[in-house]
Amino acid sequence: MKEQIALLPAYLTAHLQLSLVALLVGCVASVPLGIWITRRKGVAQAVLGVASVIQTIPSLALLALMVPLLAIVGAFTAPALGIELRSIGYLPALIALTLYSMLPILQTTVAGIEGVDPVLIEAARGVGMTDRQRLLRVELPLALPVIVAGVRTATVWVVGMATLSTPVGATSLGNYIFSGLQTRNFAAVCVGSFAAAALAILLDQIVRSLELGVRRRRRRIIVFAAAALTGLYLYAAAAFAWEQGRGGAPRVTIGSKTFTEQYILSELLAGWIERETGLRTRVLQSLGSTVLFDALHSGEIDVYVDYSGTVWATIMKRTDSPEGRERVLNEVRVFLEREYGIVIAAALGFENRYALAMRDAHAGRLGIESLSDLAALSGSLEIGGDYEFFVRPEWTALRETYGFVFQDQRSMDSSLMYQAAAAAEVDVISAFSTDGRIAAFELRLLEDDREVIPPYDAIVLVGPRSVRDHPELVQALGRLEGALDERAMQKLNYAVDTQGRAPSEVARGLLGSLNK
Amino acid sequence: MIQLEHLAKRYGATLAVDDLSLEVKEAELLVLLGASGCGKTTTLKMINRLVEPSAGRVRIGGRDAAEIPPATLRRRIGYCFQQIGLFPHMTVAENIAVTPQLLGWEEVRVGQRVEELLALVELEPALFRERYPHELSGGQQQRVGIARALAAEPEVLLMDEPFGSLDPPTRDRLQQRFQSIRAQLRITTIFVTHDMVEALLLGDRIAVLEGGRLLQVGSPRELLRAPADSTVASLMETPRRQAERVDALLCDEEAGRDDGGSA
Repeated sequence: MKEQIALLPAYLTAHLQLSLVALLVGCVASVPLGIWITRRKGVAQAVLGVASVIQTIPSLALLALMVPLLAIVGAFTAPALGIELRSIGYLPALIALTLYSMLPILQTTVAGIEGVDPVLIEAARGVGMTDRQRLLRVELPLALPVIVAGVRTATVWVVGMATLSTPVGATSLGNYIFSGLQTRNFAAVCVGSFAAAALAILLDQIVRSLELGVRRRRRRIIVFAAAALTGLYLYAAAAFAWEQGRGGAPRVTIGSKTFTEQYILSELLAGWIERETGLRTRVLQSLGSTVLFDALHSGEIDVYVDYSGTVWATIMKRTDSPEGRERVLNEVRVFLEREYGIVIAAALGFENRYALAMRDAHAGRLGIESLSDLAALSGSLEIGGDYEFFVRPEWTALRETYGFVFQDQRSMDSSLMYQAAAAAEVDVISAFSTDGRIAAFELRLLEDDREVIPPYDAIVLVGPRSVRDHPELVQALGRLEGALDERAMQKLNYAVDTQGRAPSEVARGLLGSLNK
Repeated sequence: MIQLEHLAKRYGATLAVDDLSLEVKEAELLVLLGASGCGKTTTLKMINRLVEPSAGRVRIGGRDAAEIPPATLRRRIGYCFQQIGLFPHMTVAENIAVTPQLLGWEEVRVGQRVEELLALVELEPALFRERYPHELSGGQQQRVGIARALAAEPEVLLMDEPFGSLDPPTRDRLQQRFQSIRAQLRITTIFVTHDMVEALLLGDRIAVLEGGRLLQVGSPRELLRAPADSTVASLMETPRRQAERVDALLCDEEAGRDDGGSA
């Protein structure tokens, strides 16, 4: 818990920097746009329609969409205008959050202005106000409470949705939630959720007080609320400036995907690089898998761990299944260097592949050691897999090669899968070969005797820019070649997933035992 | 002071105002009288360009109103209407001060003017200045409405059934109060009403409208004595007929009481 609280200032500040700027831009864009469209009836429906469509895009998808979108825009702006857009991190999150904040503010601005009594509009014209004076002196003040209601809705939405910006590389309170859910650290999930909720309530109340003060003309309330809001903005800006100023030499950024092993390895690599090269590092965790690869290629991150089989299938788009770890590794190595300038600095020595697992005792009783043994008995057994497994090419290949006909197949959350196998709720599960729970729950990995599943060697990838600028980085990482075997990785995962230790702590322990 | 020359307003196929010509003299109060839909409000709103005429011309002090920017024109014309339309987010003083502020008066002068006007419409300044419209009765609100219309010392006052929504005693009091204000200010006024009694009591002259056309214009006495046609005649007779019926009712009652007394 103490360790979690220690992360709070950084996460909360980042969250604040995202939410505050998104809301400010959202208000500054939406209120004038809302006013403008009340003056042009034809446009109003179209604009509100577009805003509604944006709103129906699931928030996580909207955030994820910004990454390729910015990459495309960036491909034009970089050569044409000399502007390099960062497609992961703060910018995509900010754009998505801003878009999300616009609908409620637009809607209430239109509703507020159109809701002004026509009698008062005529009175305003009758006393000699111009259109602009009427807007500023009559329509806007009367619409204010309604508009503020929209701003408050947007505030709560944006603060909540900002927790989802972690997978696009923007630090937020979502880092607690994403990593906490993966590593079964519910203290982290609670801290993240509670902090986000508290921040939402705080901002909402400040906006509310501000409106109340304006409406009731209570100078003291206005001053207090405005000071609170200004203070938050100043703090966010100061933190940004400090971060920029402190930076000095740019840091080596290490990325991670959203599961335990990746958290541990990213911390391990960071520690290793600092120790071996003296370069400063930072860790960007819980990124989406394709986001990571694109970011490595564009130089927004420098290092991360991927798996040879993943690159083989998703980047090289290969569906054939070659024989031998070495061959796949070599083909991947050649391909990445040739096509992307990305270098495999080291193969860590273990694989994290899809594998089928059974309770050890059960398998022993039935005499099952390999997938061929399993195939003969599959008609009387049930299989469980994570949500993705049964639609993956690996499963199709397994089924076709071994001729599995299971009695029943069930999709379940990967965090419950191992438990289900241990409790004999299903007989066979799709496991990840380095999961710590395989040993902990006394499960047995079945041998893929016909080598259907491609090898998934853990490989340390270094982006083209770092290869050029920091040859010493590639060298240092090269010394990690073969440093971890499957059992060692299982133990590390087990320490986090089951024993509840923090990934950074586990990584530190490992680092101490790794010698040059 | 005000000339309406062949004024017309067309809404689609219907003519709301049809070739209307009228003149209002300096310091005169002209009543536009007629049933609802006769075009009296439309005529009034064409004077301060809340409605733009389809044809014809409005001259104010000799100048063509169409040549004056609407906002500028309206700041010189007081406007007061049945729904009152006080701005709910402003205090009484702020409502009255609106037009002078739009004209860029100095703050001190605006403050003095607000005091004067509150006194004129008989609302104790100290008591009412800082109140909001929703804290006032209907009659008080309309007095603020009149004060707002008069605030910028306009040359012309347009009133669209200003007392129409008030209860009879309040309306009676306000009519009397308004007459005395007018006697002090001698401001040129056009007053729209469908209430015959109000027209007779307040108007220097009355213009009777029907279906967008002017039937007759003249002093109450002229209209009573020599109605131009049967419509005007029956309109003019209404208050007298009503008064006679009220009289008759009183007589009956007195006769009844006399009967009772002698029994």
